[in-house]
Amino acid sequence: MSYHNPYTPPRKSATFDDYTLAEIRRAAATGIYDIRGAGTKRKVPHFDDLLFLGASISRYPLEGYREKCDTSVVLGARHAKKPIVLKTPITIAGMSFGALSGNAKEALGRGATIAGTSTTTGDGGMTDEERGHSQTLVYQYLPSRYGMNPKDLRRADAIEIVVGQGAKPGGGGMLLGQKISDRVANMRNLPKGIDQRSACRHPDWTGPDDLEIKIMELREITDWEKPIYVKVGGARPYYDTALAVKAGADVVVLDGMQGGTAATQDVFIENVGMPILACIRPAVQALQDLGMHRKVQLIVSGGIRSGADVAKALALGADAVAIGTAALVAIGDNDPHWEAEYQKLGTTAGAYDDWHEGKDPAGITTQDPELSKRLDPVAAGRRLANYLKVMTLEAQTIARACGKNHLHNLEPEDLVALTLEASAMAQVPLAGTSWIPGKGGF
Amino acid sequence: MDLSVKRESLETMRVFDLAKMPLRDLNSALHAIAPGTNDTNFEVVNPRGSHAVAVGIDQPVTVEVRGSVGYYCAGMNDGGSVTVHGSAGPGVAENMMSGTVVIEGDASQYAGATGRGGLLVIKGNAASRCGISMKGIDIVVQGNIGHMSAFMGQSGHLVVLGNAGDALGDSLYEAKLFVRGEVKSLGADCIQKELRPEHIEKLAELLDKAGITDVKPQEFKRYGSARTLYNFNIDNADAY
Repeated sequence: MSYHNPYTPPRKSATFDDYTLAEIRRAAATGIYDIRGAGTKRKVPHFDDLLFLGASISRYPLEGYREKCDTSVVLGARHAKKPIVLKTPITIAGMSFGALSGNAKEALGRGATIAGTSTTTGDGGMTDEERGHSQTLVYQYLPSRYGMNPKDLRRADAIEIVVGQGAKPGGGGMLLGQKISDRVANMRNLPKGIDQRSACRHPDWTGPDDLEIKIMELREITDWEKPIYVKVGGARPYYDTALAVKAGADVVVLDGMQGGTAATQDVFIENVGMPILACIRPAVQALQDLGMHRKVQLIVSGGIRSGADVAKALALGADAVAIGTAALVAIGDNDPHWEAEYQKLGTTAGAYDDWHEGKDPAGITTQDPELSKRLDPVAAGRRLANYLKVMTLEAQTIARACGKNHLHNLEPEDLVALTLEASAMAQVPLAGTSWIPGKGGF
Repeated sequence: MDLSVKRESLETMRVFDLAKMPLRDLNSALHAIAPGTNDTNFEVVNPRGSHAVAVGIDQPVTVEVRGSVGYYCAGMNDGGSVTVHGSAGPGVAENMMSGTVVIEGDASQYAGATGRGGLLVIKGNAASRCGISMKGIDIVVQGNIGHMSAFMGQSGHLVVLGNAGDALGDSLYEAKLFVRGEVKSLGADCIQKELRPEHIEKLAELLDKAGITDVKPQEFKRYGSARTLYNFNIDNADAY
């Protein structure tokens, strides 16, 4: 009797999936690791895995559109003579002129100013346009010290000492030569057209004891007027927060692995650092253990997209959030309007991440004058302001439903988790149970 | 020392005794100087290793510090003339914009880090990472310098009358390095280069500014970037 082998469909490996295979071939062909912009693209436990409970018999809600739900936040009152007061707790994260076009930076400043929030410089220094269009501007103090000078330090509204960022805790950066225009080169004291390394650690301090002295120096230079933030990537949030507080920070900025970068190795983005969901509770715990929660403010970032994300971050104990990628999308990044041009670059709207190459069809992550012209900073600023307002309204909607008259009154008790992972990370019960992994409650 | 004599001889000098008054008083007084004023001479006594002494100066003041200082003395100096009659801790004259800072003794690590302009003179030795990430500052060290000095130096001049430690000028950009003594080792992409007439002229100018008269520019060797790491190339990966 003959045996006929029945058809079985071809089976691809889950380990060696199509993307992995393509990456192996790309590495073999080029000899270079993949460099790209943006944050992690892998699926990680996130705010989507949390839900609010809302009001019920034991909690009464506030009337939408009628009863006040405050969204203001004061940042930096611990030591600074001039703390920052924002109308909304949604700030714009640090992004450099150099990585972004001048028009993009102007748009971010305009949008943030309309919405009553702050924007932040990046590696490369402060431009006059950015200062002029940003009512509240945070000046980043970075390891490279590109563009750093005391005049800009004094005309900033706050100083953010960058220790790390979520996309690459422990990593520096590289602005490739093709984005180094005359102006960018001049601001960074380097020849045009060469790759510019952004150092991974500060040149004149190492460790928390040095940081304390560095913060003191910056306060002395600016006559104790400016709030001083310390930004860390999501690596050891409990200890980093505690050490930043010990070093004298007014504000701790904590960036999860979903936070974007202008250009870093894909292997770094995808494999170093933790999701923001895993970072917030340890950071808040550190503040509480030191008696500094709400005295030293916590700004969290990395994958904030909506008012729901804002409300969840605040409920877990943050004082404010920062957005980067979402702000770029709001002003036009990865817009399907440019699909034909994304196709020419071998990608598609929504997936474009070669921000370091300077060919952005939307005119945002580029220094090409012709491409930059495509972005109208006034219209783009308006779009960002609209987006910030929508997020703020969304967060208020949720807070009122939970009976809170200030976004800061949201609390972990308002939340449940949909997955075990999110429950463990956010330290809120698995929905329908009183169980928090690692905390008991069976 | 007898400070009363000092005060009589320099009537306009304002004296800040850091044993009796907080650092804040000194720095706020330095920042409160109005442009064009004559009241520009300061003396700091009993610094006792204080950090951030005379930082953020933005007027052409003169500050004499009688003793040793801690971290970041004269940080971000922009136009001031600061002399430390003692030694300096880490990061002296960090990110200096313009002006002159003179250390009569030794300097700890990161001296002149990221400086953009002005002149830093260290009459003793400087520890590791002297001139790290320098961006236009001129540094003259009369003694020796430690390892990794001028790391990622972008522009400006580092002049060393003594010896240099390991990995001098690692990952150097366009900063120019001159060493009179021995260099223990050169860092990645740093090479010895020809000492041309324009370099001799610049050296003579810097030695003169630093008040050094017994050393000839021709005694120095010049080091600079080989510029092979300026644009990323995978075949250079072994250099790092």
